[in-house]
Amino acid sequence: MYHAIVFFPLIGFLIAGLFGRYIGARACEYITTAFLAFTALLAWGVFLEGGHAERVQVASWFAAGDLQVDWAFKIDALTRVMLVVVTTVSTLVHLYSVGYMHEDPHRPRFFAYLSLFTFAMLMLVTADNLVQMFFGWEGVGLASYLLIGFWYEKPSANAAAMKAFIVNRVGDFGFSLGIFLVFVLTGSVAFDAIFSKVDTLKTLSFHFIGYDWNALTLACLLLFMGAMGKSAQFLLHTWLPDAMEGPTPVSALIHAATMVTAGVFMVARLSPLFEEAPNALIVVTVIGGITAFFAATIGLVQNDIKRVIAYSTCSQLGYMFVALGVGAYSAGVFHLFTHAFFKALLFLGAGSVIHAMHHEQDMRNMGGLRSHIPFTCAMMAIGSLALIGFPYTAGYYSKDAIIEAAYASTRPGHTLAFLCTVVAAFFTSFYSWRLFFMTFEGPARWGIHAAHDHPAAPAVVHSAMAHEADGAPGHTEGAAHDDHGHDVEPAHKSDLVADDHHGDDHGHGHHGDHTPHESPLVMTIPLAVLAFGALFAGIIFHDRFIGSGMDAFWGHALAHGPENHIMHEIHEVPALVSYSPLIMLILGFVLAFWMYIRRPELPGALAAQQPSLYRFLLNKWYFDELYDRIFVRPAKDFGLFLWKQGDGKIIDGLGPNGIAARVVDVTRGVVRLQTGYVYHYAFVMLIGVAGLISWYLMAGLPKGAH
Amino acid sequence: MLGLGILSGLLIVPLCGAAFILTLKGDDASVARNSRWAALATTIVTFALSLVAWGRYDAASASFQLVESHPWLAETIRFKLGVDGFSMPLVLLTTFLMPFCIGASWTSIHVRVKEYFVAFLVLETTMIGVFESLDLLLFYLFFEAGLIPMFLIIGIWGGQRRIYASFKFFLYTLLGSVLMLLAVMAMYWQAGTTDIPTLLQYRFPVHMQTWLWLAFFASFAVKMPMWPVHTWLPDAHVEAPTAGSVVLAGILLKMGGYGFIRISLPMLPVASQDFAPLVFALSVIAIIFTSLTAMMQTDIKKLIAYSSVAHMGFVTLGLFTLNEQGIQGALFLMISHGIVAGALFLCVGVVYDRMHTREIAAYGGLVKRMPLYAVAMMVFTMANVGLPGTSGFVGEFLSMLGAFKANPNVAFFSTFGIILSAAYALWLYARVIYGKLEKPNLQGILDLDTREKIILAPLVALTIYYGVHPAPVLDVFAPSTDALMASMKAALSNTQTAAAALPIPR
Repeated sequence: MYHAIVFFPLIGFLIAGLFGRYIGARACEYITTAFLAFTALLAWGVFLEGGHAERVQVASWFAAGDLQVDWAFKIDALTRVMLVVVTTVSTLVHLYSVGYMHEDPHRPRFFAYLSLFTFAMLMLVTADNLVQMFFGWEGVGLASYLLIGFWYEKPSANAAAMKAFIVNRVGDFGFSLGIFLVFVLTGSVAFDAIFSKVDTLKTLSFHFIGYDWNALTLACLLLFMGAMGKSAQFLLHTWLPDAMEGPTPVSALIHAATMVTAGVFMVARLSPLFEEAPNALIVVTVIGGITAFFAATIGLVQNDIKRVIAYSTCSQLGYMFVALGVGAYSAGVFHLFTHAFFKALLFLGAGSVIHAMHHEQDMRNMGGLRSHIPFTCAMMAIGSLALIGFPYTAGYYSKDAIIEAAYASTRPGHTLAFLCTVVAAFFTSFYSWRLFFMTFEGPARWGIHAAHDHPAAPAVVHSAMAHEADGAPGHTEGAAHDDHGHDVEPAHKSDLVADDHHGDDHGHGHHGDHTPHESPLVMTIPLAVLAFGALFAGIIFHDRFIGSGMDAFWGHALAHGPENHIMHEIHEVPALVSYSPLIMLILGFVLAFWMYIRRPELPGALAAQQPSLYRFLLNKWYFDELYDRIFVRPAKDFGLFLWKQGDGKIIDGLGPNGIAARVVDVTRGVVRLQTGYVYHYAFVMLIGVAGLISWYLMAGLPKGAH
Repeated sequence: MLGLGILSGLLIVPLCGAAFILTLKGDDASVARNSRWAALATTIVTFALSLVAWGRYDAASASFQLVESHPWLAETIRFKLGVDGFSMPLVLLTTFLMPFCIGASWTSIHVRVKEYFVAFLVLETTMIGVFESLDLLLFYLFFEAGLIPMFLIIGIWGGQRRIYASFKFFLYTLLGSVLMLLAVMAMYWQAGTTDIPTLLQYRFPVHMQTWLWLAFFASFAVKMPMWPVHTWLPDAHVEAPTAGSVVLAGILLKMGGYGFIRISLPMLPVASQDFAPLVFALSVIAIIFTSLTAMMQTDIKKLIAYSSVAHMGFVTLGLFTLNEQGIQGALFLMISHGIVAGALFLCVGVVYDRMHTREIAAYGGLVKRMPLYAVAMMVFTMANVGLPGTSGFVGEFLSMLGAFKANPNVAFFSTFGIILSAAYALWLYARVIYGKLEKPNLQGILDLDTREKIILAPLVALTIYYGVHPAPVLDVFAPSTDALMASMKAALSNTQTAAAALPIPR
């Protein structure tokens, strides 16, 4: 059963990848999607069935000394939740992509990558040991790299793909060291064996890079570094927004619903370790809180519809880490679960908008779309409501639980986390409604060259300043339209005037000649399914995940120490705390409504009034520039120095060049004919070796003989 | 077979092939054609023979097997051959890679074709000889003799600056090996024999170990190559023909590592432990410095050459951790790197044959016209980066794990290698394969032809197979590694000076 769930996507990948050229794109789509749908059915089956934890051995991977690494599945409630999330979203994204990618000539490759990703992600969540988890971890990194760079002709996509992989490798640097440390301390990499030794670990100390650490805390911190990379937490977040260069279904699957939650999953999986390492949990809490706040601030001013949602993802992942940090593991995983539905919905909805707008992603060139794409608009509304935690939607249950847990906790850092999450809730509401209003309400700014000419549009100042300050790559998805639009042409080419698409007027208004249109069924059905999840996943499942059925549901999958009663304490927080998310939601809505519907000139005026703050946010707190300055450029300069000066001048200059140069001079003098080279050299060599042998024999024989 | 065993056969078959090629007569075209086929047949027969040897080999045993001993120079200096867990995989790697080298030279060699293949076959004998020798003098002879054909291959069939590169290669390695010869002689005077199994039991005095170790180190460090005696490698690679680079990266570099595991560690355990910090330092420097240097290269072959130096840093690091994980990881990495780096150089050869340039800037957007090539290159790039699921991961992971066990700080610095390798490898890939196919002379470039597919497909398969299921190789190393650990442990605990600081936690 579990074999089927994990390996069917792999088979799909192999079929599409190896035979895609022969069987055609349509067959690849059907096969991979059907395999995934089957997998999802099985996953829901095991999820609803529940049952006790089990271990499924697949094969031995490698062994050296006392290190034994297996291919094996660890199946418990946590795994089952992740199986459902991964396979469901992946199936819907496969289906959606059939429509979205419909005219891309490289569809076999695309579907192969999607299935490869799903396989790696399933290996990650079913891993029985740290090394297999690392296999899945890097495997999803590879798939993410391939999919971000799917439109390989676009330089920005290549750069983003590389950035994603390398920044993740920074996290994996910590992850690797964490695995090494855990192995050295416990002699094993298998979860169950590690967990059984946690009591001795917390008493050990370990000397590392000049400090004495508590062994368990150090292990948790190193492993958490991996989680920070994968889940795009503060300091290692810079790759996630750039990852939006990939096709939108990819953003939904990988960079919202599944892969980026791997870090959360990891900490939850290792909760028996983290629970005993309170200092590490403080770091988790604080990083989560800062990320929730910081990413939300950037989301306030972004103009690219996908980037807003990307920062929102970053921020929501921060919420999950706050939950984990204060010990409310089940709340964190519950938010992971609900977030998968509504964030995938938002991304796929955004994809539908982008599709309708012919690959326009800049919200300044949208507006008034509600009447043109009502279904997509409704879906986006549902997604936004769930995201901001509107009562009784999915996000309401999970997010409120996190904020209450942050308040109820007594661990250091919880106050900061509480404040950050509450403020972020306000920002979330604001940017969600801002996105909604800019996209669906107000005047249509996608008319002929409207964006740059319309005096009343709020976009004017925005756009002028953005173009000045924002060095980010272009806002259109897919490759440049002019010369290879065939790569990315949207589905409904028939609706298009050909000249419009390939025309010369390459500006924001160049889509002006057509009317946005609703997406085909193959794209809207996944939206509807996800919307169902975004609306009802909370009501249906909250009792199991975080309510009275919690203990029965989770079993021993998540560890709660004897002192950890956080999941009960969240019911006893003051009413004001319970209502705070709702208050923030209303405030955010009112402000967004005021600024983008009532007084649309306000945002521009505000940006003009606070130019430095606006630019600071628009440029994402200048992290890219900072990292470029302190890491990328020095590394390149140093590399160049090592090559030219170190190897070239110092090592070669002092060593062989002097000698070699003399030898070459001599040879040139002696041997002029090219034909002489072989025999000459061979002769010299043989003489040399013969000389060495005779020397040896003369010196060595007497002693050996007696 | 004439009183000779199968291991002698492995040495003789390539020589016979070479002799046959030398006798070929006729017009140039037919000689060239016949030389190619004869060389290919010879290498395939050798590979088949090595598989027979493998079939007779008992992987569960740590002792020398298939041993044959023939009278040679003296009673104590015999022509003795044998294989154990350390050498058997390397023999197989050598015989496995050679047909690919011949295949890669099929169309790219136009001058002195006959001599070229003779040189390769002689080279094969010397390389197999290094791994099979159970006599120190024999080992030394093969170790040195391999220089000659390689020197010729670079010097005659190489690129523009081939004379400079071949002399640099020759000078470095020869200077190192003169010291090794002195050490061999000293060992002989001390122990009265050059028989390797006997020397493995012999306990050299501690003060002598130091000098012997340094002398061997000079030779092996150059061959490896370790920082800072690595600068011959990029030049040699750049100038060598494709097959020369494959052999160089795939096999010749492994001789240094093999020397460490065959001689330095078991025969000179005290010195090895004393000098481990030096090796750690040089390894970490190699990993970080050469990775950074690799990043800035403008020549594809040079970039891969520098990346080889960095990977060899992981090998030396792992070997001197003196624990099972580190040593087995290093050995596995040697095999894996032989396949992966060899394959990467073959990949460079594919585009070099078409465009006759190795400049990264001359390429870009190849995936558009060469999708299959892009796939193969992606697999090898990822293996080079050490992605789990490829053979590159297992070796790197184990050697770093071993390093962490031996010295966490060393592991900390060496782990930076996984970030840097991703940076240089992906950047190379992005510049060569991705992007727009804009350069006019690339517009007509063709994807892999049948010959190239046949060459690259097995390497792709093996890279992934050993990543998912490395046990067939790792399990061969295990008994010999355990035996080595046990003997070193015994030797070290007998030695007063080193008794306390035994870095073998169990």
